[in-house]
Amino acid sequence: MRKKDPFFWFTLACGTFIVGYILLPLIELITSSSVSDLWNSIKDKDVAASIRLSVYTAGSAAVISFLFGTPLAFFLARYDFKGKRFLEAVIDLPIVIPHPVVGIAILGIAGKNHWIGQIISELGIRVLGSVTGIIAVLTFVGIPFYIHSAKNGFEAVSPRLEKVSRSLGASMSSTFLRITFPLAWRSMLIGIIMCSARAISEFGAVVVVAYHPMTAPVLIYERFEGYGLKYSQPVAVWLVLVCLTLFFALRILTLRKAKET
Amino acid sequence: MIRIVDLSIRLLDFRLKNIHLEIQENEFFMLMGPTGAGKTVLLEAVAGLIPAERGKVLIHGEDVTRLPSEKRRVGLVYQDHALFPHLKVLENITYGLRFHGIPKEEGEKRLRRLIELLDIGHLMGRLPVNLSGGEKQRVALARALIVRPRVLLLDEPLSALDPGFREEIRNALKNLHENTDTTFLMVTHDFGEALALADRGAVIDNGAIGQVGDIHEIFQRPCSCSVADFVGMKNLFEARFQDGAAEVCGIRMRINEAPEKHHRYVAIRPEDITVARSFLPSTHENAFTGVVTSITSQGFTYEVHVKAGTVTFKALVTKKSLVDLGLREGLDVLVSFDRVSVHSL
Repeated sequence: MRKKDPFFWFTLACGTFIVGYILLPLIELITSSSVSDLWNSIKDKDVAASIRLSVYTAGSAAVISFLFGTPLAFFLARYDFKGKRFLEAVIDLPIVIPHPVVGIAILGIAGKNHWIGQIISELGIRVLGSVTGIIAVLTFVGIPFYIHSAKNGFEAVSPRLEKVSRSLGASMSSTFLRITFPLAWRSMLIGIIMCSARAISEFGAVVVVAYHPMTAPVLIYERFEGYGLKYSQPVAVWLVLVCLTLFFALRILTLRKAKET
Repeated sequence: MIRIVDLSIRLLDFRLKNIHLEIQENEFFMLMGPTGAGKTVLLEAVAGLIPAERGKVLIHGEDVTRLPSEKRRVGLVYQDHALFPHLKVLENITYGLRFHGIPKEEGEKRLRRLIELLDIGHLMGRLPVNLSGGEKQRVALARALIVRPRVLLLDEPLSALDPGFREEIRNALKNLHENTDTTFLMVTHDFGEALALADRGAVIDNGAIGQVGDIHEIFQRPCSCSVADFVGMKNLFEARFQDGAAEVCGIRMRINEAPEKHHRYVAIRPEDITVARSFLPSTHENAFTGVVTSITSQGFTYEVHVKAGTVTFKALVTKKSLVDLGLREGLDVLVSFDRVSVHSL
């Protein structure tokens, strides 16, 4: 066998370290709780409610991102205009803003001292300490991930296909439904999953806007603070399982997409 | 008939300026021009995919300038075929029928006819990814024609094809044009295609129309130096005209027609110049002795440069003539051409 370069061993060492560093804590976490601990914890009403709330709020954020983000993503993929880079930068901003700051900022406009907050409260919508508030911040942090993925999907569809479709008599909306969507849906779905995954893991922004009702990350924090590591672990395992489900769905979709193209 | 009246279009870094064009019904019209000249922009403007800044587009007398693409009844075929990759061939071809309220039997009748004209019956169940370049383009043609467009717009439909398929699709285009009542407006930068297919054409350069007319006329009688250059009039000389002749750097060439007052140049196609050994008598009215200065291969033909006095003539010679004449650099030869080949501009 050919003698391996020292660089090879160096790469191998670094790689092993990183893979171990990622996997060991997760394996430790998942194996830390016995099956009966897990069973008991999911029977705990607070735990089940927090997981449900997390899934519900993250899912809602993804649906909102889908509804509002799709037209924008399509627009960004198809048109060049002055200020496009600026607009793209604005959409990316939520990724770099520190999480608690997001919560503070949302409360800033939703509070009583702001006219928007006043309108919202007159409509009977409460943001502080409510599910609405949680969905609001999760949408804020998750929407860039959806728009990016959907935009990439639309960019991969040749505008000529849409032009031909229109020349054949299809309106813009028919063209979108019959040509663009069937070719880009996988990227849109990947965007929805990435947006949900990002939203479900959010803690900093949520805890500012709503300590109660408790999402899973907040409950994990509370159990850890109040009772210690042992009591937070089973809840954490349940949250990890939800995230892994999303993760596997994402992997399957991206692999299929890579295969197709 | 398509009439384009004073059409101007402004894109981010490109302008089409005051385009006037009239294309007759059922004509095969060719738009030619160098890359980046604005051919595709003009085509997409006719299709309604690019808004006009000024001017009008009329199809069969109807002003369609403000109509969206789907209401214009124009067909579109791109060089990359633009077949819908997720639809089978049959679904691709019949895609447009549902938007035109065409009854099922009528749609099937049209489909059968196009299948026959284009010989694509065996492809119906396949996905576009499993077709050859030529097959894809035949399917794209069928898809565009099944809705009976008033105009078929073709954006370099042969450029992306292998040479074998190119001839096949060229013949298909000719066949379709003869068998359908549709005006064909095609963009190309291939002279062979233009001459083989079109009745009339236009040269477009830098966003403006350089010349419009009979396709042979454009190649034989370009009206400006830039058109002459584009259509391959490689012999373009500044000239002074007197007594039925043109004087180019001390060489007198007989010409056929009296030049217009503003004419300052003569142009001769390289295909029209004959190269012979210098001791042979010439049958042409214009004959000059010179020296071969270079021979460049162009595939099946050779471009031979002959310097006569201070003028360098460029002639196209077949490989056979090259060998028969024993042409080589430095050889004394006779270049000759008819007076009708000398075109003044």
